[in-house]
Amino acid sequence: MAVRVVFLGKLADLANAAELELEAPLDWAGLLDHLHGALGEAVAAEKVKLALNGAVLADKTQLSAADGDEIALLPPVSGG
Amino acid sequence: MARDVRLLDAPFNPASYVEKFTGAHPGLGGVCTFVGEVRSDDDVEALELSHYEPLTLAGMEKLADAALQRFDLMGILILHRVGAMAPGEPIVCVSACARHRRDAIQAVDFAMDHLKSDAWFWKREKRGGTWSWIEPRDQDHADLARWG
Repeated sequence: MAVRVVFLGKLADLANAAELELEAPLDWAGLLDHLHGALGEAVAAEKVKLALNGAVLADKTQLSAADGDEIALLPPVSGG
Repeated sequence: MARDVRLLDAPFNPASYVEKFTGAHPGLGGVCTFVGEVRSDDDVEALELSHYEPLTLAGMEKLADAALQRFDLMGILILHRVGAMAPGEPIVCVSACARHRRDAIQAVDFAMDHLKSDAWFWKREKRGGTWSWIEPRDQDHADLARWG
């Protein structure tokens, strides 16, 4: 088992993948270590939110993910 | 009170859903339905909506509940497409039925403003063979602010 990381919207383009599996346990610093260049910068941007198992975290830097958890990285939603 | 909220991954006929929805609410005084279609802007060839299952559907259900609580409705129907669509295809349908017209009309307006700016969808469009992501618009925040 591991932590599944799902990229939404343009983050999937930057990651060249819709998802990624990383080793558990995983915190915010550990996550950023695996996201390089433009992808890492985009994910760290204030407007990008993070959901853990379907619940959006108030502060993504407090991430603490365990085996079997799913992280979703959510850029701002598109307008009408 | 009836709530029918769905994500659809294939082309749909709004009229057939609305007919079933209104049929399930005998005695209604009014039904208001909005159908949004993919606009044929300039050279747009396709629109693609992506979503995140654990958040998107739950968020739409919460929105339906908020509309039911805020307006005096008999029921609300919210349908939203995901996946790739061509100009002219239906992308969203919101229908509300109520004893009196104003609640139905306002509930649809309320739901649409929130779906456009506050729901978990990411859109990209294809022009001249190239895909590009659609960014948030200021107008969407203004639309939301109408509802306090």
